[in-house]
Amino acid sequence: MSDEKPPSGGETQDPSTDVVAADAEVERAVGARTGMFGVKGSGDTSGYGGLVAPIVLPGAAQRPYGGWFDDVADALEDRLSATDLEQAVERVVIHRGELTIHVRREDLPFVAQMMRDDERLRFELCSGVSAVHYPDDAGRELHAVYHLLSMTHNRRVRLEVSCPDSDPHLPSLVSIYPTNDWHERETFDMFGIVFDGHPALTRILMPDDWPGHPQRKDYPLGGIPVEYKGGTVPPPDERRSYN
Amino acid sequence: MTEDTYTEDLYAGSGEASEGRVFTVSGQDWDSIAAGISEEPEERIVVNMGPQHPSTHGVLRLILELEGETVTEARAGIGYLHTGIEKNMEFRSWTQGVTFCTRMDYLAPFFNETTYVLGVERLLGIEDEVPEKAQVMRVLLMELNRISSHLVAIATGGMEIGALTVMTIGFRERELVLDLFELITGLRMNHAFVRPGGVAQDLPPGALDDIRDFIALMKKRLPEYAALCNANPIFKARLVDVGHLDLAGCLALGITGPVLRSTGYPWDLRKTQPYCGYEDYDFDVQTWDTADSYGRFRVRLNEMWESLRIVEQAADRLADLEGAPVMVADKKIAWPSQLAIGSDGMGNSLDHIRHIMGESMEALIHHFKLVTEGFRVPAGQAYVPIEGPRGELGAHVVSDGGTRPYRVHFRDPSFTNLQGTSVMSEGGMVADVIVAIASIDPVMGGVDR
Repeated sequence: MSDEKPPSGGETQDPSTDVVAADAEVERAVGARTGMFGVKGSGDTSGYGGLVAPIVLPGAAQRPYGGWFDDVADALEDRLSATDLEQAVERVVIHRGELTIHVRREDLPFVAQMMRDDERLRFELCSGVSAVHYPDDAGRELHAVYHLLSMTHNRRVRLEVSCPDSDPHLPSLVSIYPTNDWHERETFDMFGIVFDGHPALTRILMPDDWPGHPQRKDYPLGGIPVEYKGGTVPPPDERRSYN
Repeated sequence: MTEDTYTEDLYAGSGEASEGRVFTVSGQDWDSIAAGISEEPEERIVVNMGPQHPSTHGVLRLILELEGETVTEARAGIGYLHTGIEKNMEFRSWTQGVTFCTRMDYLAPFFNETTYVLGVERLLGIEDEVPEKAQVMRVLLMELNRISSHLVAIATGGMEIGALTVMTIGFRERELVLDLFELITGLRMNHAFVRPGGVAQDLPPGALDDIRDFIALMKKRLPEYAALCNANPIFKARLVDVGHLDLAGCLALGITGPVLRSTGYPWDLRKTQPYCGYEDYDFDVQTWDTADSYGRFRVRLNEMWESLRIVEQAADRLADLEGAPVMVADKKIAWPSQLAIGSDGMGNSLDHIRHIMGESMEALIHHFKLVTEGFRVPAGQAYVPIEGPRGELGAHVVSDGGTRPYRVHFRDPSFTNLQGTSVMSEGGMVADVIVAIASIDPVMGGVDR
């Protein structure tokens, strides 16, 4: 568990924070939701404009996790303590029956190699990389998510790694899971995460000379206003929307 | 080296090449190219094939390095069909997301919809509340879709090696499946029929009879493919031992689906990690042991028979489920309007409009809220992969507790499997590249998303 920084939504005075924090699990806010109807800059008389609610992702789970989750955790802990790398696993989250292991980014290749090779783990197949951009999760804005599948034991786990926007580097897993070649290129293309050690990290979906990384939250969707029967409908990302 | 005698192409002038001479082939100029090559015999040629090429299965670009007719290096260039579907989904409600993701892998729309919807349902925590009939209808549609997708795989694969009859009969049968889709969902493709909480609407009257007629007809038609291809010496000469990839190669490259099963490994998520109630159906996982293009063809052919078995069982169940709900009971999630199919296609249900406009103000408010705002999905992430026609198809669905997806990423099997192009075709003949790619059966809409 490393919680060096306070959750970014912790300063808000929303009473619902206390309700959430009362839970036994350690919660982490990754941002805050303000207002209700997406009204900005106009005289909002609804009274809902002042609402502030933290965005809280599911918190860390406590042992025992139940079922085969403990087998995986035991195997992982045994191997990590044998190499003095207990801190490699930052948190374990169990949500909706899915196991997510948050890994320190510098230890990702070691953990992945272990997940693949240890006979108690044996996650032979990596279903690729997905990334999520949390602009308000200070210091860990970019998250990369790996879904691993063990065909031997018929299990799935998720590895999650994060890196700051200011230093968007993650170690590449291509040498361990060659399938990640294109997946890491896509994640680089879409989020700008640089996978150190990738054999040829180039754009894959966007044109080679494209500026910016489209899936980041600060990248606009784009689009043009549509005129219809005298009225103008703005592009989707500029419309008033619920939030 | 930079003399510009053979090309007048504005975009690919010979000056751009760092080595060698550039020939731009646009038709009717083969003589000059043949003469140009024979002037200065050069064995090593880099051929850019596609993205507009009839044999590359869509807008796939292949960069082939040839020594004579042998491929020494093969690389795939993708991205020509990238439409930003994942980004667009972040700006629509959870239900509207279905409308986008159905367009990704356009040969398997129901699979795209279902994997996304299963992820949303897991985050909502309503997996157990989805009505049985909705699950059976999903299975029915997915298995019909698997048949239509495999038919296209076999048809286009046949066309690319010159077996035009395989193409014509493949598309003939696919039309029958698309007619069923049109009957049930109103559309031949891009259905947006599977919704969070269930499916958009009930089966129309008479649909089960049409499905049974289709099953009976397919049982007569499917043997035609076997008779045409299975022992056909030309067909086998083109496919056997071409595009070889063994089990270790498949796992390293993350390749699933018929390509993995052609190595003899019976990995099928419908059996190993059942969803939508697949554990209740009686079917077998089809494998082959040759790990080549021919094996993949036979796996697909056999899987169509298995899909037909599942469709048959699903139809029997639906006969017992007449009038059962197809959407969750929770009115905060269930889309309020029941659409109706009229003489001119799918449209508003007049009964529903009468209810909200004439009878109940609360119903109108509820309808308006749910349609414009949508429902909120608790924060978290889910990944519920399913066995698509091409392999493991999954959606990494992330919610921040809002009314719109925070992030959706699709792990499309075409994207992953296409990485096998190099290892399947290097060292072989240039003509075999086509066969190897056809055996992967990539759909570029899914690759590029």
